[in-house]
Amino acid sequence: MTAVIETQDTTVAKVGPPLLKVEGVKTYYGNIIALKGVDVDVYPGEIVTLIGANGAGKSTLMMTIFGNPQAREGRVLFDGRDITRMPSHEIARLRIAQSPEGRRIFPRMTVLENLQMGASLDKLKYFNDDVERMFTLFPRLKERLTQRGGTLSGGEQQMLAIARALMARPRLLMLDEPSLGLAPLIVKQIFDAVRDLNRTEGLTVFLVEQNAFHALKLAHRGYVMVNGLVTLSGTGQELLANPEVRAAYLEGGRH
Amino acid sequence: MELFLQQFINGVTLGSIYGLIAIGYTMVFGIIGMVNFSHGDVFMVSSFIALIFFLVLTTWLGVASVALALLIVMVISMVLTGLMSWTIERVAYRPLRGSFRLAPLISAIGMSIVLSNFIQVAQGPRNKPVPPMVTESIALWERNGFTVSVSYKQLIIIAVTAVLLACFWFLVQKTSLGRAQRACEQDRKMAALLGINVDRTISLTFVMGAALAAVAGTLFLMYYGVVNFSDGFVPGVKAFTAAVLGGIGSLPGAVLGGLLIGLIETFWSGYFSIDYKDVAAFSILAIVLIFMPQGILGRPEVEKV
Repeated sequence: MTAVIETQDTTVAKVGPPLLKVEGVKTYYGNIIALKGVDVDVYPGEIVTLIGANGAGKSTLMMTIFGNPQAREGRVLFDGRDITRMPSHEIARLRIAQSPEGRRIFPRMTVLENLQMGASLDKLKYFNDDVERMFTLFPRLKERLTQRGGTLSGGEQQMLAIARALMARPRLLMLDEPSLGLAPLIVKQIFDAVRDLNRTEGLTVFLVEQNAFHALKLAHRGYVMVNGLVTLSGTGQELLANPEVRAAYLEGGRH
Repeated sequence: MELFLQQFINGVTLGSIYGLIAIGYTMVFGIIGMVNFSHGDVFMVSSFIALIFFLVLTTWLGVASVALALLIVMVISMVLTGLMSWTIERVAYRPLRGSFRLAPLISAIGMSIVLSNFIQVAQGPRNKPVPPMVTESIALWERNGFTVSVSYKQLIIIAVTAVLLACFWFLVQKTSLGRAQRACEQDRKMAALLGINVDRTISLTFVMGAALAAVAGTLFLMYYGVVNFSDGFVPGVKAFTAAVLGGIGSLPGAVLGGLLIGLIETFWSGYFSIDYKDVAAFSILAIVLIFMPQGILGRPEVEKV
């Protein structure tokens, strides 16, 4: 393992009310319950991670926050405002941006156009400045600018998905498994970029990961999800040291 | 050779009209995967709107310039047809989105019948003529007593189509609306996550398709001089065929398909039997689809998973 991820300093204090508050959320797919009453808080300036096995309901929570599917019970509050029943595009307009599961790059659009789509909330007002920032963050995107999204490698697509989300100038960045299927070196590059954004700009990040070891090192706080329920929570370091977490997610894991 | 040239000119003219209608089919299919069977009748209604306003302008309001009258009529028809299509989508298709796949299709067939019956009752079942307009033509070439000529009407149709397609291409490729549209076409869920109002974008797609059909309807009226309540069906089916032939979902494909169907039809009429022109057009469609199921410009799947 050559790519070493620095452990996060977890002394950051929670200031004020949470930016994102998920309260007793239950989500169903038809009659099948996927989230069985989930509570999660994300405070401004934090990196919070949600770890759990495949099928635990992590991505469902990400999409429930975006109102698709909507929670059948419970509430989702953003900046004190109830967004549980809002349509996805209005939630996005509150400056919540997501790099979703499977990255969902527009395959027949160029990298440039994908980035433009990310900046559509501001009608490209800050596009030129912001796109330069993205090139500093992910220089590979600059080389691929006129290439179609569908022809990029997995790592490049992930960088593009994050950059596209950042182009919206989000108050909350949600990342769904950014490390999935990527080489350790690329994972480190992406996680370092997230850490830098958090440190230098105070960007609030909610990160869903199966790669528990890396995610807990990056995050200030973490939640563990099992079968649609949050079973454990604590600072990144606490969870890293927790014997249950170690047994379930770290021992024999990918680190 | 003379016959070939003449039929080529006729074919391109006819193909332009098919192409303009075909774009509406292909765009709607691209964005929501639905075959909008009422689109042909939307085209027919637009032709009636053009007819009514043309008569109002020339006989009541005394607009003397035919060119000006045609231009005004075209714009009015685009606006009204767009509004109508917006309403149809709102009332008959949007509530069924998320229902089973055939539901909006059946609803569209229903709307098609509603529109043609409405016109049949409101305007009568007979052919409605307009006074002949723009009758001049230019002789291009004459040999052995056969004159190859292109009429002003044909020039207008080809020029208007070319200009509109250029504007339309710009709209889709270079503007934020066009980008939003393409994004919805490729991944609606992701587009919504980026703040795109997907329902609104779909509505606008219907409006744009209808506006182009209205241009086709106005040109159709000018070219043939008559319109009938049943004139939505055959051009509609042919334009749909054009969209499939070109590769449904592809905009250049719709135009190419339209031109090909127009050319096949006129060449067949010129060299073989005019009675079998539709048989020829649809046979060639069947053959192309057997060997190229995704159509001529249908998208190759290059995406990595």
